Amino acid sequence: MSSTIQLPAGSPGAQILGVGEYRPRRRVTNDELSQTMDTNDEWIRTRVGIRERRWAEADETVVEMSVAAGGKALAASGLSPEDVDLVVVASCSLPTQIPGAGPEVAYRLGIPRPGGFDVNAGCAGFCYALAAASDAIRAGSARHALVVGVEKLTDVVDMSDRSTAVIFADGAGAMVLGPSDEPGIGPVVWGSDGDQRDAIAIPAEGQPDAGNLTMAGQAVYRWATTKLTDTLQQAMDRAGVTAADIDVFAPHQANLRIIELMAKRLGLPGSTVIARDVAQAGNTSSASVPLAISALLESGEAKSGDLALLLGYGAGLTFAGQVVRLP
Amino acid sequence: MASTAEIQSGLAEILEEVAGVAPADATPEKSFTEDLDVDSLSMVEIATAVEDKFGVAIPDDELGGIKTVGDAISFIEKNQ
Repeated sequence: MSSTIQLPAGSPGAQILGVGEYRPRRRVTNDELSQTMDTNDEWIRTRVGIRERRWAEADETVVEMSVAAGGKALAASGLSPEDVDLVVVASCSLPTQIPGAGPEVAYRLGIPRPGGFDVNAGCAGFCYALAAASDAIRAGSARHALVVGVEKLTDVVDMSDRSTAVIFADGAGAMVLGPSDEPGIGPVVWGSDGDQRDAIAIPAEGQPDAGNLTMAGQAVYRWATTKLTDTLQQAMDRAGVTAADIDVFAPHQANLRIIELMAKRLGLPGSTVIARDVAQAGNTSSASVPLAISALLESGEAKSGDLALLLGYGAGLTFAGQVVRLP
Repeated sequence: MASTAEIQSGLAEILEEVAGVAPADATPEKSFTEDLDVDSLSMVEIATAVEDKFGVAIPDDELGGIKTVGDAISFIEKNQ
């Protein structure tokens, strides 16, 4: 017997309702690093634009940082835990493969039995998770979603390797999403270049550098500065906005030089606020975009109602960008 | 096909634009890293600008072998 499958009505759009962050207590300056490895403040600042970063201590786990950032985003949204029915955690540095972090983060926040899962799309993870959660709300699969980007990269970086130890860091950022009549989250433009899977990787047992995060810096820099301007342009085109409409540009905080080059090539107006959180946070992979947005909202540089252009990109290689309206 | 002189002046323009190197300093015997203070990421930007300007491909593994302005000029001459 064939019956027709029924679908929920869904929502015309989804929007961001609240943003939250957690930055680990321990602040590590370039000068501190130069005492234990062959590097210096000037070298780090001119190559990647990082002045300091945060390193999580033993009690600041992936789940603890997620709970802290998620709780703040929930409070900022004005919703109760009971209102949330989907939790997505984007991370590539969870210490165990099983179980994922989503269900535990939800449980710890008192969110009752939501859909809960993790996304591993390297440093693009948050923008992938944001798209998945936004689409779930639009389709009616969820009503309110908590999306977390979190990393404890110091667990997977060889802290004596000056090419990675000065760059990668820890933290968490989160957003709570809900339905809206007017779309507050634009269509995602996402993709991947799997032929470059080795460019950023944690090699498996038996391989050179097993267990440590490795990055082919020049290859990733070339890819990011030549291939991703089109992605950003497409994200604006698909949302029906132009560079002149963008109030805030918040790409993945990997390297200040990449951020400045992208901003220049996009032709963003001088009035656009450009996220430069990498200077304070280092490269926090999946956490970097929500951390950057949180910092700009906190400082008042970004305002409620601003249009922000987001872009995540990283291991895979993966990329995802979208235009959003800030809460 | 660009002449050697055209390649040298085109490369000097790129070096000025990307790394602020004075065109008069961009002579063939100069080492990018030692003499002109061009770092590894600026080398990538120079490579992509050279690719656009001269229609050559400079993969990352070839880029490591290009140490001097003269190396870059001969690479472009051979591959254009």
